[in-house]
Amino acid sequence: MMLQAETVHQVGELSATGFVVASTIKILAAFSLVMVTVAMLTLLERKISAWMQDRLGPNRVGPGGLLQPAADGLKNILKEETNPAESHRIFFNLAPMLSIIPALVTFAVIPFAAPLPTQWGLVEMVIADVPVGVLFLLAFSSLGVYGIVIAGWSSSNKYALLGGLRAGAQMISYEIALGLSLLSVFFLVGNVRLTEVVTMQQELGLWFALPLAASFILFWISVFAETNRLPFDLPEAESELVTGYHTEYSSMKFSMFFIAEYAHVLTASALMATLFLGGWDIPGWAGDNIRVIGDGTVVGGEPAWWITLLTFLAFLLKTAFFILVFMVVRWTVPRFRYDQVMDLGWKIMLPVALAVVVITAGTILTLDELGVEYGLVYGLILTVVNLAMLAAFLLILDRGRVLAGTGSLTEKRREAQEKARLRRREEAMTTSTGSTAD
Amino acid sequence: MRKVVYEVSRSPELGAGGGLVHAPIQPVEGEALPEVDGEIGGGTMLINIGPQHPATHGVLRLVIELDGETVIRCTPHIGYLHSSFEKLGEYRTWNQVIPLTDRMDYLAPLIYNCAYAMAVEKLMGIEVTERCKVVRVILMEMDRIFSHLLWLGTTAIDLGAFTVFLYTFQERERIYTLHENYTGARITTSATRIGGMMADLPAGWIEELEEFMDTFPRTLDEVDTLLTNNSIWVGRTQDVGTISAEDAVNFGLSGANLRASGVSYDIRKDRPYYDYETYDFDVPVGEHGDIYDRYLCRMEEMRQSLRILRQAIDRLPDGPINVDDPRVILPSKTAAMNDMESMIHHFKVVMEGVKAPVGESWFSVESSKGELGMYVVSDGGSKPVRWHVRGPSFINIAALPHMIEGALLSDVIAVNASLDIVLGEIDR
Repeated sequence: MMLQAETVHQVGELSATGFVVASTIKILAAFSLVMVTVAMLTLLERKISAWMQDRLGPNRVGPGGLLQPAADGLKNILKEETNPAESHRIFFNLAPMLSIIPALVTFAVIPFAAPLPTQWGLVEMVIADVPVGVLFLLAFSSLGVYGIVIAGWSSSNKYALLGGLRAGAQMISYEIALGLSLLSVFFLVGNVRLTEVVTMQQELGLWFALPLAASFILFWISVFAETNRLPFDLPEAESELVTGYHTEYSSMKFSMFFIAEYAHVLTASALMATLFLGGWDIPGWAGDNIRVIGDGTVVGGEPAWWITLLTFLAFLLKTAFFILVFMVVRWTVPRFRYDQVMDLGWKIMLPVALAVVVITAGTILTLDELGVEYGLVYGLILTVVNLAMLAAFLLILDRGRVLAGTGSLTEKRREAQEKARLRRREEAMTTSTGSTAD
Repeated sequence: MRKVVYEVSRSPELGAGGGLVHAPIQPVEGEALPEVDGEIGGGTMLINIGPQHPATHGVLRLVIELDGETVIRCTPHIGYLHSSFEKLGEYRTWNQVIPLTDRMDYLAPLIYNCAYAMAVEKLMGIEVTERCKVVRVILMEMDRIFSHLLWLGTTAIDLGAFTVFLYTFQERERIYTLHENYTGARITTSATRIGGMMADLPAGWIEELEEFMDTFPRTLDEVDTLLTNNSIWVGRTQDVGTISAEDAVNFGLSGANLRASGVSYDIRKDRPYYDYETYDFDVPVGEHGDIYDRYLCRMEEMRQSLRILRQAIDRLPDGPINVDDPRVILPSKTAAMNDMESMIHHFKVVMEGVKAPVGESWFSVESSKGELGMYVVSDGGSKPVRWHVRGPSFINIAALPHMIEGALLSDVIAVNASLDIVLGEIDR
């Protein structure tokens, strides 16, 4: 999929008005598409879980249950809204918004198809091709944690508080591993613009999932933690914290957390598809290697509406793959314990991600020094290095080595037992002297 | 700044005058109590799990004091499902007590039916027929699987593995059907009578059971694949909720909870009833006493129950299911309708009830949850003077605070689930 001899096509630049119109259309289309997809994801999740558990799943509303999300949405809007008496009203209302907005906004920087030529000029298929795309993305996705923490705190509910605390700790811990594993991508791309990430993967002839396999897996694990999906769903661990941070929420406010979760899943999947699976790139075909160099000029293949459509489909398929994995994993594994999540984040993921970054950077530097041309060979050498790192990482993760039971907390446990014993003795003394609090 | 300190030094359910207060734990304004740990600079948090909570398996209430997420103290509160079964039993004839027994442990109703009937039969000196013995063994082993399956599913769902829960419930559904085909009820079976059973097994019932036994191990293997070597499952269960063999004995634990700690005590082997000594089966014994060992023990017990079931079906003799004893067994309907003496006999047994001689008896069986003892006292009348149940769950849950003090909040749920309690029997 090497770039053919630099063919340049002049399509023409959009005028300012054209830009505004195109952007508005893109925003509206992407927003409605994301919201509909999110709604369908809830249905898909229920169908997949049903399929895995030998059940039927929702099948009463509409053909095959297709209208179930609409019915759910309607129900949630019509439900009575409750406000706990002791909640902090402003923050209580603010939290669902803080949670849903970042989840939706992050979608703006993800390129979802090859540029579309129109009679008014070239329209890039990304809402905002921000030069600091990934930084924008990281910034906004970490804003999501505020929503959860504030929800947990403002509810004045202990389950919610514990859920919020867990969410805060967990998301901050995994943010680091997430950011670190992203670094390797930018060593290769040399830019943080997401459209550039797609182009560079086309140019390499390999999707980054292979040359950066170790970073890919680390990123994937971190994303699971970031989206609070099982096995990392501690903030809303149903059996422990009822529903965690959104225990006190009802009707549409609850629904907004729900939508935010699925929007996160969608954005994360789209992001992984972009970063590691070539974005909208169609494998094994050079016709879609279209690179915009500004002023409505493109290098590589000639843009056409059908290419845009095909690449969009490719992008959808890749995103769907990650979403499916999210869902299948959720219905397969049990949940981590809080301390295990922290251990995994700080003791395993962080050092491993650091090591991976250093080794990848070293390899890239060496390759550049040796004058290896950026292309298939370059990618294959990186693949070998990364697969070796990945094997070592999986060896560390192998069962029994990382996830110990509470046995690893023997000291803490003994301390607490001692404390409990002292407390009991004190209580026994106070009751025997007859000075009860009553 | 407003500080709210939760004051729980008195019995939370009762007010000063002994009356019930509506808000058992009342916030008290003021400075933090001195006993709150000052080392870390933060207070402890009192959290109330239950009686309405997704993971309390009924209406158990746990008041837990947390330091961060570490449990400092745990106080179980029971009684939310109190139904006064034992007292109710004193106002019912011997046979009328049976419906009360299956409402205690609705997860293994047939074992409770059988255990009660055995205690009364012992009191009355009745030896049930061979067929009845084997049928009761079949029913009890079937319900052992029934109860263990629920345990497996709920423990898995408490640890987040939802799919396992539905797998086990599909198998349970098939046992429900077997219950229904035999007794007409899915949960409240009330299958036994003093001196026999309510009816003989219906035609084709054994074949249905055999079909279940043939396909059930496949589900068990699937769950095995999903959990036994799953590193998250291992991490969540190994070394969690550990209790030593000595402590387990001292707390009076029984059943799989005791055996997981390394004490080989199974009434079917140690004080065999109904010819259990002639069945070929093993009793799995753990060594660490943690959740994982309890899990392994129960998984193996289900397989062993299948072995017992197979042997029992092989040896199921023909013949009457009820004893030939006019004191306790009704004459056949045909006889009662056509023959004067039989009709009088029928009338007397129905109106006066079965009469037991003066005395008392104790009979304990190995129920799915542990040692289930039934104690009945008779003054020679047709009703028990006293009926007492040694419920395994009631005694097992007493060890809960010991197991979870010092563990994490998530462990509380896991340990509570692993004890396999049923609140109907705890509160009785």
